[in-house]
Amino acid sequence: MFQQFIFYLFTAVLIASAIGVVTVRNPIYAALCLILAFFSSAAIWVLSGAEFLGIVLVLVYVGAVMVLFLFVIMMLDLNLDLLKEGFIRYLPIGLGAALIIIIEMSLVLHMPTFQIKQPLAVLPTNNTEALGEILYTDYAYPFEIAAVILVLAIVAAIVLTLRRRADVKLQNIPEQIQVRRNDRVRLIKMQAEK
Amino acid sequence: MEALTRFLNNFLPDDLVTFILILLKIALIVVPVILLAAYTTYAERKIIGFMQVRIGPNRVGPLGLLQPIADTCKLIFKEIVIPTHSNRFLFLSAPLLSMGPAFTAWAVIPFSEGMVLANINAGLLFLLALSSLGVYGIILAGWASNSKYAQLGAMRVGAQMISYEIAMGFALVGVLMAAGSLNMNDIVKAQSGSIFNWFIWPLFGLFLVYFISGIAETNRAPFDVAEGESEIVAGFHVEYSGMAMAIFFIAEYANMILIAVLTSILFLGGWLSPLQGLDVLTQLPGLGLFFGNGLHWLALKACIFLFLFLWFRATFPRYRYDQIMRLGWKVLIPVTLVWIFAEGIAIVIGWQPWLF
Repeated sequence: MFQQFIFYLFTAVLIASAIGVVTVRNPIYAALCLILAFFSSAAIWVLSGAEFLGIVLVLVYVGAVMVLFLFVIMMLDLNLDLLKEGFIRYLPIGLGAALIIIIEMSLVLHMPTFQIKQPLAVLPTNNTEALGEILYTDYAYPFEIAAVILVLAIVAAIVLTLRRRADVKLQNIPEQIQVRRNDRVRLIKMQAEK
Repeated sequence: MEALTRFLNNFLPDDLVTFILILLKIALIVVPVILLAAYTTYAERKIIGFMQVRIGPNRVGPLGLLQPIADTCKLIFKEIVIPTHSNRFLFLSAPLLSMGPAFTAWAVIPFSEGMVLANINAGLLFLLALSSLGVYGIILAGWASNSKYAQLGAMRVGAQMISYEIAMGFALVGVLMAAGSLNMNDIVKAQSGSIFNWFIWPLFGLFLVYFISGIAETNRAPFDVAEGESEIVAGFHVEYSGMAMAIFFIAEYANMILIAVLTSILFLGGWLSPLQGLDVLTQLPGLGLFFGNGLHWLALKACIFLFLFLWFRATFPRYRYDQIMRLGWKVLIPVTLVWIFAEGIAIVIGWQPWLF
């Protein structure tokens, strides 16, 4: 009974905040609504026994991705009226994307390939361990591919933003540490003035 | 606890009794944490005072012991000034957002054998997730204040906390590899045996990384560029006054205490006694209670780290911002990666120095 109450509470918050993301005027509030949506879906996952996934959702999306998101939004000088202008114009595109997502999700949920054919004989008590074991044995190959794609993305992001500017004065710490006396000081013998 | 449960069961339904008991336990944790946070400010002023050959607060009460209470009274009665063109709702909720995670994390801390509010399987992950939430309060405070200094402070903290979280997470990975569990209680128990079974010995590098990034996560000196008095006045809370600012302070000190407690749990065996295994001492009548395992050892270890926090503040000059980033990304993260790799090899070949 209590669990059901909590489930409905978090679902209500999730739906309300998801609607808020696309309807509120202020982009900061939209980002905060998205954070709330992530948080409540994480709570629902924890409630259904997937504590590892729930906590990782909070850790990765709420703790890191959305912080950077907020960062960017705060740094931009946003013109709120301009942002609101295209709402009707972009509505068909948004609805189209939503439709595709709905079709994909219903495919995943109803296709026989994605159904659980044989439930586990022994239910794992600790789903972090269970997930780890499956990920590093049965699904090791897809997991490695995902890792490589992520590394590629990191390298690409760094390469795209990396530029050497000639006009900045930067400190080269290894060079500073390795400096020797002879590089900086020169002793000169001079005749004393008479 | 059981007597109380039976007493309440006489006239209340079961669900309500559980609810009341959980609330009681939460109060039992939160109230001491708030008091400790208040008295850490006192300790800080006294200790730094002694280090600088001053007396420190000594006017209110004997030895100045009532100073934190006087400060609290003063702050409660101060006006909370809300800057013009600031975002009122976010401005007022930001302190709460920074205090929430600082207190919630205490739910999974094992204080002694079985003395834990929520003994969950993924305790360590839970802590990591919560420590990453604290940054929101600070970022939103900076943005909602509509002030350049606050905004600059918030930006600095945001980047700093995200960077050091990675090193912190990797240090925790080392701990959970050694313990073989994410549960806080199991992590403490994995270190039982004697003082040489504590994780600080095989994981010394990770211990240093964890504590350093813990200091950076709590924005304490020498990593307190977020506040940087000489550059941006007080950073993200420059526009806050009265209780709103006090809540930021309580959150900061609660986080400090949390990091101190966590370091002692993860690396120094938490509530395990350092005299474990010396039966001569632990079997003594009376004194054996002190020499045996218990909450007091956790408190003692945490006090050492808290003292280190204050000592660092009195000793080290503030890092420059690019040097903070360099330390986090180019020194601490590689150290943890190499350490985890070596630890993995040690575990695979069965060479476990923590199994003396």
